[in-house]
Amino acid sequence: MQIEKLIKMANAIGEFFNADPDKEAAVESIKNHLLRAWEPRMRREIIDYCRKDGNGLAEPVKQAVLKLEV
Amino acid sequence: MSLNKEKDFGTPAREADTLVTLEIDGFQVTAPAGTSVMRAAAGIGIDIPKLCATDSIEPFGSCRLCVVQIEGARGMPASCTTPVAEGMKIVTQNKRLAHVRRGIMELYISDHPLDCLTCSANGDCELQDMAGAVGLREIRYNPQGKNHLQAIKDESNPYFSFDPSKCIVCSRCVRACEETQGTFALTIDGRGFDSKVSPGQNEAFMDSECVSCGACVQACPTAALMEKSVIEHGTPEHATVTTCAYCGVGCSFRAEMKGDQLIRMVPHKDGKANHGHSCVKGRFAFGYATHKDRITTPMIRKSITDPWQEVGWEEAINYAASELKRIQAQYGKDSIGGITSSRCTNEETYLVQKLVRAGFGNNNVDTCARVCHSPTGYGLKQTFGESSGTQNFDSVMKSDVIMVIGANPTDGHPVFGSLMKKRLRQGAKLIVVDPREIDLVKNSPHVKADYHLKLRPGTNVALINALGHVVVTENLLDEVFIEERCDTAAFAKWKIFIADPRHAPEQAEAVTGVPAADVRAAARLYATAGNGAIYYGLGVTEHSQGSTTVIGIANLAMATGNLGREGVGVNPLRGQNNVQGSCDMGSFPHEFPGYRHVSDDDTRRLFENDWNVILESEPGLRIPNMFDAASDGTFMGLYVEGEDIAQSDPDIQHVHHALRSMECVIVQDLFLNETAKFAHVFLPGSSFLEKNGTFTNAERRISPVRKVMKPLAGYEDWQVTQLLANAMGYPMNYSHPSQIMDEIARLTPTFAGVSYEKIDRLGSIQWPCNEENPAGTPTMHAHEFMRPNGKGLFMLTEYVATEERTTRMFPLILTTGRILSQYNVGAQTRRTENVAWHAEDRLEIHPHDAEDRGIIDGDWVGIKSRSGETVLRALISERVQPGVVYTTFHFPESGANVITTDNSDWATNCPEYKVTPVQVSKVTQPSEWQKQYSDFSKQQLELLEQGTHHA
Repeated sequence: MQIEKLIKMANAIGEFFNADPDKEAAVESIKNHLLRAWEPRMRREIIDYCRKDGNGLAEPVKQAVLKLEV
Repeated sequence: MSLNKEKDFGTPAREADTLVTLEIDGFQVTAPAGTSVMRAAAGIGIDIPKLCATDSIEPFGSCRLCVVQIEGARGMPASCTTPVAEGMKIVTQNKRLAHVRRGIMELYISDHPLDCLTCSANGDCELQDMAGAVGLREIRYNPQGKNHLQAIKDESNPYFSFDPSKCIVCSRCVRACEETQGTFALTIDGRGFDSKVSPGQNEAFMDSECVSCGACVQACPTAALMEKSVIEHGTPEHATVTTCAYCGVGCSFRAEMKGDQLIRMVPHKDGKANHGHSCVKGRFAFGYATHKDRITTPMIRKSITDPWQEVGWEEAINYAASELKRIQAQYGKDSIGGITSSRCTNEETYLVQKLVRAGFGNNNVDTCARVCHSPTGYGLKQTFGESSGTQNFDSVMKSDVIMVIGANPTDGHPVFGSLMKKRLRQGAKLIVVDPREIDLVKNSPHVKADYHLKLRPGTNVALINALGHVVVTENLLDEVFIEERCDTAAFAKWKIFIADPRHAPEQAEAVTGVPAADVRAAARLYATAGNGAIYYGLGVTEHSQGSTTVIGIANLAMATGNLGREGVGVNPLRGQNNVQGSCDMGSFPHEFPGYRHVSDDDTRRLFENDWNVILESEPGLRIPNMFDAASDGTFMGLYVEGEDIAQSDPDIQHVHHALRSMECVIVQDLFLNETAKFAHVFLPGSSFLEKNGTFTNAERRISPVRKVMKPLAGYEDWQVTQLLANAMGYPMNYSHPSQIMDEIARLTPTFAGVSYEKIDRLGSIQWPCNEENPAGTPTMHAHEFMRPNGKGLFMLTEYVATEERTTRMFPLILTTGRILSQYNVGAQTRRTENVAWHAEDRLEIHPHDAEDRGIIDGDWVGIKSRSGETVLRALISERVQPGVVYTTFHFPESGANVITTDNSDWATNCPEYKVTPVQVSKVTQPSEWQKQYSDFSKQQLELLEQGTHHA
């Protein structure tokens, strides 16, 4: 899938949960949302991208993606 | 079978704590205080003659046919306007009363055509019945005297005619238009002998404000207002109660039949969602079901450039299954999926998701709620613990303040809109949050919004936050409710968040464009007026922050304690008939029926044991993900039942590309819809008249859909899915949809007490229906929320501006919506006479923006976004604000979704239909896309013609 689209979607998820002042909790929520809502091939692509360079992904989103298991 | 007409009690039922006992014709009767003598009598089977009274409207006392005598009282009062009193003794029949009634009837009949035998109401005429009841035997008046017998008929409405020669000026139609529908289109014009029913100011029905809801036709006691279908075919001979297949109100109707021909749809008085009211779609627009465009033979083809080939069911099903299996063998188990629809019954939707999960072996199933109310599902599940609205429709009659956000009930949910208007006319306050001036703002008689917060499209969250800010900082919180019912730690977090000055109305004003003073006043009104109810629609959900707004609305309701009782609540107005039901049935890729996540081991095991198969624990692809994966070459086969993704989904060129990329698209539908033009297998669907099942409306009401004619193509839709499952190697052996419902009840706690037997007995059931609530649940969260700990959850809702912003290139914002006479993609209503009201989609543009561009009303204008360009005719209107343009999307050639973009809600991927930056300019010809699509469409119709011709 177009990685740009996945980046945009992941960042939008991040923007919602990042309202939480508890940043650890925010990262956990982002991770859980990706886990519960994204089909595995979408998760795999964003994980691969994040492990390569993750450019364009917001910081808490990167942290959340790296916590996902392939 | 029989017509089994509904009893008319003459005047409406009254609710009262006090009961009154009286005597009527020697029989003792007890009735609630306020009940009319007429109704009390009807309750024990004594039918007092009447003409101007009917139990859907308030009594009027004009015909005097219902006079009675009361012991100890003078004269002969009308029983319709006389309330019962303790100890009253009534006589309904004696010589004197008979004499008076006969005299009245003689006067009526002296100016009435005596053509009963050839009259369309013959056998179904109250005037005829009353002439019989009073024993009228002669007319002593000169038939050559002044009369109305030559009055001219008004045939302007496509569905009913008005014959003033048969009108007895009882005012039932006028009162129904006022009280039931709230349109006030009819009046009695003139005085004395010249009195006559007049639409508007002596206009034809079609030229007046009439919305063709049919309430007047329903109320008329004679043939003055009569369905043209009855005039043409005669009166029906049997009737079956069923549920409308249009919007999410889910009105109950009597399908009145003559053999297997549907003569008319008559709103059912006992229908709990509509109480005998209807709109122009449900009441009249059923002609599509037998339209010549219906395809009733299965068809297949290898490529979408090949002619269609008509085949038998077995060949079509086997071909479809073999293609799906081939694709899975070639591209993997996850390369196929299914899309179900809110137009399907619960049982059909349940079977489609079961086919995908158990038969395809993946979770790639989705439904069209993806593009409308998926944010409702997410937002209300997170905050309240259940993905549904909290009230029944009748609850609105106990609201003191009603907030309508991004919804247009009088167009989108007309029967509920009428109920809401009734409450507003009684004095409830109204707050409208909408970029556009919907009819409720000031175009509905005797209804006016106290506040119209006319915000810029895309700024809902900023506005909801500002309302929340006022509630918190002005201490309008319901502390007791929060303490007892909500997660207090989450509330404390939210309170700090929302109290921050960045959420103040004065700060938000720069973003929303709504004056801060109005926001403050509206927040105070909502929080303090008593029962505050929020109703919202797709203007909330179809945004990049759709889910955030839903959560913000839930926060607001919890903060003010407006939950858990009648008159309050959070009420999503669902677009299509079975949006709620299709979501309930587990048609989202991440949830089993009852909104339980596929990763939940206990739930999965429950289904695995019942379905005898191992199920996937990972979420599947959502509709837009399917399109992306198709374009990538990893999603190659799709089964679509009842949904027209090639017209209704955003960024349509991307959708078309995805469909062209797939190797097998199977469409099950009534018509060769837009998606079918990209399909390889066509499986004929059955209309709601041709099958059994249930629909669940916006108030969680499960209502019966009953078969009134045989499926034109031989199978009900659930049977087709079953055939496909069996051909795929996953056995299904249901012999009736009631067995599917039994399975749903067995596996879904909120449906545990639901069965066809109970639905038949109660008429309808609002889920949750289980051991604790065996008759269903009109009001949810009455004692605790449905979250695991029972507490409502406040969540933080930061406003994030959409990326779809205006630029120099695209300086206007396009937003989209619906119109009363058309439904969704229009596949049904475009094939009815409803086109008389709306034959094309137009672009509403503010006079300033039009003038800047040299556009005048009716000009062809090009609308261009980053996704594409289309051309519509302009409608200059101040209903939209400067900078905003608006259109409907009921016609495929309009290409509204050529312009909409792939931007979507962060949580659910619900598309942002409501915000698209565009430029508008005057043009002289259709857009390039329109020309190409017109050619493609023409070619596809030729391929259909070739196939059916050869067969």
